[in-house]
Amino acid sequence: MATVELTFSALPAHVRTARLVATAIARRTGVQESLLDEVRLAVGEACSRAVEAHRLHCPGEPIRIELNDDSGRFEVIVSDSAPSEELLDEDSSDDEPEQMIRLDGDTDTPFNLAPDSFMSGFGIAVITGLADDVEVYPGPKGMRIRMSWPAAAAANGLSPA
Amino acid sequence: MDLKLDHHTEDGLTTVDVEGEIDVYTAPRLRELLIDLVNKGNFHLLVNMEKVDFLDSTGLGVLVGGLKRVRAHDGSLELVCTQERILKIFRITGLTKVFGIYASVEEAREAHGRDK
Repeated sequence: MATVELTFSALPAHVRTARLVATAIARRTGVQESLLDEVRLAVGEACSRAVEAHRLHCPGEPIRIELNDDSGRFEVIVSDSAPSEELLDEDSSDDEPEQMIRLDGDTDTPFNLAPDSFMSGFGIAVITGLADDVEVYPGPKGMRIRMSWPAAAAANGLSPA
Repeated sequence: MDLKLDHHTEDGLTTVDVEGEIDVYTAPRLRELLIDLVNKGNFHLLVNMEKVDFLDSTGLGVLVGGLKRVRAHDGSLELVCTQERILKIFRITGLTKVFGIYASVEEAREAHGRDK
């Protein structure tokens, strides 16, 4: 079970709340102060992308964030329920295995994800440039973006916020 | 923090002062202001981002959209920004090559005056 799980309706106003929660937990987990801006921006980008996708495809469904502080890293997983555009275009069926695309933080990497829109592609580009460990799982039932940053293992939820 | 917007025009250059967070929630307000300014004939815009606390790709998209609109009228959209955390987003996305980015409003105004 994640340290903190958060679900929110697909409203732009809630993205800021998600950013603030993620940043607070990252700080408590021991992520370096110099990385907190990156966490805030990357989580915001992932949540903004999810909100836009939900507003297009499933505005009534909530977006889910899991924040974990296990094994010396602070990990954030943002999951949406909107079918990925590129998979829709390929007429994929529900029982196809989930495809994983790994992004290595190389800002020169071309967008191998056909974006929902210009901004969606921008958002993924920003996340890729910010987090040193990013995995994007587009699927017929939604996209999952997992990203992580190094955290001080000693903190591990014990230090004050 | 919410988004505060103000603007004034001097010598043909309209400065838009932005304060707060530009994200998926607040960016539409900035977009509306830029569109309104262009519709009213302000084709040379300077967006002062010195008091911007947060900028995401939605905000970048609004600035790119604004640039596209002013260029359709042979105009310009340039930025004032010295904050490293904001500049980093422009660098990651390659937009430092698209926007003129100045260290101060005065510097941008001088450059605008030379280009006239």
